[in-house]
Amino acid sequence: MRQNFETRYFLEIKDMSIARKTVKTLAFLTLLFVSPVFSQEHHNDQSGDSGEEAFDPTEVIMHHISDSHEFHIFGDVSLPLPVILWTNNGLVTFMSSEFHHDETGEVIVEKNGMKFVRYHDEIYYAGADGKLSFDGEHHPLNDRPLNFSITKNVFTLFLSAALMLLIFIPVAQSYKKNQGAPKGLAGFMEPLILFVRNDIAIPNIGKKKHEKYMPYLLTVFFLIWLGNLFGLIPFFPFTGTLTNDIVFTGVLAVFTFLITTFSGNKHYWGHIFATPGVPKPLLLIMIPVEVLGMFTKPFALMVRLFANITAGHIVILSLFSLIFIFKTAAVSPVSIAFALFMFVLELLVAALQAYVFTLLSALFIGQAVDDHH
Amino acid sequence: MNITHPESLLFWTVLVFIILLFLLRKFAWKPILSAVKTRENSINDALAAAEEARKEMQNLKADNERIIKEARAERDTLLKEAREMKEKIIADAKEEAQQQGSKIIAQAKAAIEGEKKAALAELKSQVAGLSVEIAEKVVKQEFSDKDKQLELVENMIGEVGTLN
Repeated sequence: MRQNFETRYFLEIKDMSIARKTVKTLAFLTLLFVSPVFSQEHHNDQSGDSGEEAFDPTEVIMHHISDSHEFHIFGDVSLPLPVILWTNNGLVTFMSSEFHHDETGEVIVEKNGMKFVRYHDEIYYAGADGKLSFDGEHHPLNDRPLNFSITKNVFTLFLSAALMLLIFIPVAQSYKKNQGAPKGLAGFMEPLILFVRNDIAIPNIGKKKHEKYMPYLLTVFFLIWLGNLFGLIPFFPFTGTLTNDIVFTGVLAVFTFLITTFSGNKHYWGHIFATPGVPKPLLLIMIPVEVLGMFTKPFALMVRLFANITAGHIVILSLFSLIFIFKTAAVSPVSIAFALFMFVLELLVAALQAYVFTLLSALFIGQAVDDHH
Repeated sequence: MNITHPESLLFWTVLVFIILLFLLRKFAWKPILSAVKTRENSINDALAAAEEARKEMQNLKADNERIIKEARAERDTLLKEAREMKEKIIADAKEEAQQQGSKIIAQAKAAIEGEKKAALAELKSQVAGLSVEIAEKVVKQEFSDKDKQLELVENMIGEVGTLN
C-alpha cells in the first residue's frame, strides 16, 4: 500500500518535472534573449544618459521581480515603506520616500549623524565625500548597515499573513456555531483543508502521526498558494510575489529541514548512517551521499518553488516587453494572447507549486517518522 | 536578479511565519480539524447505527417470514387433516349405509319370503276351502247320478294325487 502511494507520487512528480522543465526552458530562452541587453545596462551607466534611453526589458523585468523599498502602484505613484536599519550606532528608521526614488547613490539621507545612499535597492553608508566608491566590476565597496526594512516583499508577507488570519480564524469560529455541514467560507475552505489532510499528510506521514504536522503543512500550503496568487493580481496592494524571492522559499525549506531533522527517529538516522543491506566498506561512500541528501532535499524545495514562480513572471513580462522591443502595437494581440495563456498556466502553477512543496515536505517528514521499511 | 539585503526578508519571514503558524495552529487549524474530526466520527457513528438498524430490520423481516411460513405449513396440515377426516367420515357413512341397506334388504327379503309363504299357505287353505266348496257343489250336483259321482271322485282323487 505504502509502496503504491510512493510510486504514484513519484510518477506524478515526474510528470510535474516535465512541465517544470518546459517552463524553465522558456525562462532560460527568455534570459538568453534578453542577456545582450543585460550587458548593455552597465555600458549605459558608464557612458551616462545620452538623450532618449533605449527600452531595456531586462531592467524592467528584473525590477519587477526584485524586492524594493517602495511599493510601486502606477505611473509615478508609489507607496513609501519604512526603512529600518541596524547601524553601527543603533537603530535608524525613516520612510523610503526620502530617497526620492533614487537608486543610483546620488541622494544622501542623513540620520543620527550618519549618511546613507541607495544604489540598486541596497542601502550603504555614504563615503566621506557622500559618494559611493566602486570596484573594477562596478560593485560598491562601501559598508552597509543591516537592513530590516519593510520592503515590498515583507509588506506582501504581512498582507498574506493578515489575510490568512482573517480567513481561517472566522472559519474556525463558524464551526462552534454550526455543528452540521459547513456553510459559507467554511464550506469553501474545508475541502482544501481536507485535501491537505487526506491527500498529502495521511498518505505520506501515516494516519497515526500526521496530526502533529498538520498545522505546519496547512500554513505552508495556504501561505505559498496565497503568495503565488498575489503575484498574479496586477494591482495594488497585490503584485508583490513572495515566492519569487529565494530568501522566502529558503526560509520555508529550512523549516521543513528542521522539522524533518528533529522528527527523525532511529530508523531515519539508521538509514542515513548505517543503510541496511549495504556492505560495510560501501558505507564510506553511502554516508556522505545520504548526509548530502538531507540537505539537497530542502535545497530542491527552495529552488523549485522560486524558479517556477520567477520563470512564469519572466515569461509574462517578456511577452509584454515584445511590444516595446518591436516598438509597435501590432505585436500586442500576440503578446496578450500568449500572456493570457501564461496567466492561466500560472494560476495552475500557483496551486501546483503549493501542492508540490507541501507534498514533498510531508514526504520528507514521513520518511523521517516512518517506523518500518 | 540580485539578492539585495536578504536579512530583511529573512528576519521578517522567520518572525511572521512563526507567529502565523502559532496563531493559526491555536485559533484555526486545531479547532477546524477537531470539528471536522468530531463531525466525521458522528457521521461514521450514524452510518454504523443505520447499518445496525438495517440488519435488525432484516432479522425482523426474516423472523416474520419464518413465522408466516410456519403458519402456512400449519394451516396446510390442518386442511389436510380436515380433508382426510371428511373423506373418512364419508367413507364410514357410505359403508354403514351399505351395511344398513343390505341389512334392510335382507330383512325385506325375509319378510317377503315370510309373506309369500303365508300367502301361499293362505292360498292353499283357500284353494282347499274353495275346492271343498266346489267339490261340495259338484258333489251335490254329481250326486244325482251315482255313476258319475264315483267317476268324479276317482278323477279328482287322481288329480289331487298328481297335483301333489
